[in-house]
Amino acid sequence: MPSPGFEPPFTIAVVELEEGPRLMANIVECEPAPEALTLDMALEVVFEERGGVTLPCFRPATP
Amino acid sequence: MFQAGHAMTPNSIAIVGAAESNRMGKVPDMGQVQLHADAALNALEDCGLGKSAIDGLATAGHDAAEISHYLGLDPSWTDGTSVGGCSFITHIRHAAAAIEAGLCTTVLITHGESGRSGHRTHRPIFPSQFSLQFEVPYGATVPPTKFTLPALRFMKECDVTEEQLAMVAVVQREWAGMHPRATARDPITVDDVLGSRMVAYPFRKLLCCLVSDGGGALILTKAERAGDFPTKPVYVRGTGEAVESPAITWMEDFTTSRAFRASGKMAFEEAGITHDDVDHLMIYDAFAHVPLYGLQDLGFVERGEAGTFIAEGNTRPGGKLPMNTNGGGLSYMHSGMYGMYALQEGVRQMRGISPAQVEGAEISVVHGVGGMFSAAATVVLTNVT
Repeated sequence: MPSPGFEPPFTIAVVELEEGPRLMANIVECEPAPEALTLDMALEVVFEERGGVTLPCFRPATP
Repeated sequence: MFQAGHAMTPNSIAIVGAAESNRMGKVPDMGQVQLHADAALNALEDCGLGKSAIDGLATAGHDAAEISHYLGLDPSWTDGTSVGGCSFITHIRHAAAAIEAGLCTTVLITHGESGRSGHRTHRPIFPSQFSLQFEVPYGATVPPTKFTLPALRFMKECDVTEEQLAMVAVVQREWAGMHPRATARDPITVDDVLGSRMVAYPFRKLLCCLVSDGGGALILTKAERAGDFPTKPVYVRGTGEAVESPAITWMEDFTTSRAFRASGKMAFEEAGITHDDVDHLMIYDAFAHVPLYGLQDLGFVERGEAGTFIAEGNTRPGGKLPMNTNGGGLSYMHSGMYGMYALQEGVRQMRGISPAQVEGAEISVVHGVGGMFSAAATVVLTNVT
């Protein structure tokens, strides 16, 4: 689905932190395909600079 | 006197006028306020009232004062509750309470939305500040990228396959085929649904609602006056409403809507009915997963059974629980705030005049969602007292 500033396909997910809170984020450094993205997969935070704002995003956790 | 926490005494209020706009779908030559007015005038004509009889007005997604002024009304009660597409169901609850409290006698509820042609200045719902701050920066700007987010979790935990999800659209298209005014009437198969264009995984085009222009209106008054009108009265037997979260991220549990559960329970208790009493059901379907939540959260099936229930044909023509008999937002029309059209079909069924009439139906439940699982409203309608 097109969204200004985003080139589909891209990934939107709600991520649950180990401490409990949830937040929406993009999953990055991961192919935006159902096969590569499974529910409950382990992630780690990565901060991205976008238009002068720093946004927390997540990528698959490194083992 | 009515019970504390209840909006009204069951069956004390009746819907005596109901109508949609003359045209639906693509209506590029009419602005939003005209769609409100077109439907309102049709509803007045339906029950033989002049506008001077209207002393209560409710609307959503539009300034109530603008609608009042455009129609030349002078209401002593207005309600602009705008919690999303279920707002008009909420308005019924509020109107029932207002009429019983003596704030007004005859309420007009209007909806108009130029959802397809975009001749509107008002958003159907006020944008959530939290969503603007915490969701939009991630490209989650439109309903298909937000409303659908809980679905994968629901499908995993409630054992719903993509084929079963597709069956929601397939069954509703069967119903739409009976409605001359439905936008999409040609039969579809599971393969058609799963082969349609991907919008936001796992939602393909045929799992998403239409985008339409249109309007609808209802007129309510005390049931004791119902005999004064040419239409068959449809009684309001029970109502419920609830809100949960400002946007999808804050939904308490992605496998169940707290607002659905609360609103449904409230309406069933107020009406004094059980699920076995329900002959006809409307569950707002902005996307194909919403009726699955509704069936489980309203208690029609156990958790984990909704996908199978629909796939096995229980909600299709001839099934034991006819649901979304106009084709729903997926096939009938979806202006943006579809709740009004679910209500119109509930009223038609209770009047016995739906093109997809459920023979002998006496109780209809209409349940709506507001925003992205942000709110809910439920009404129990009946044609018997």
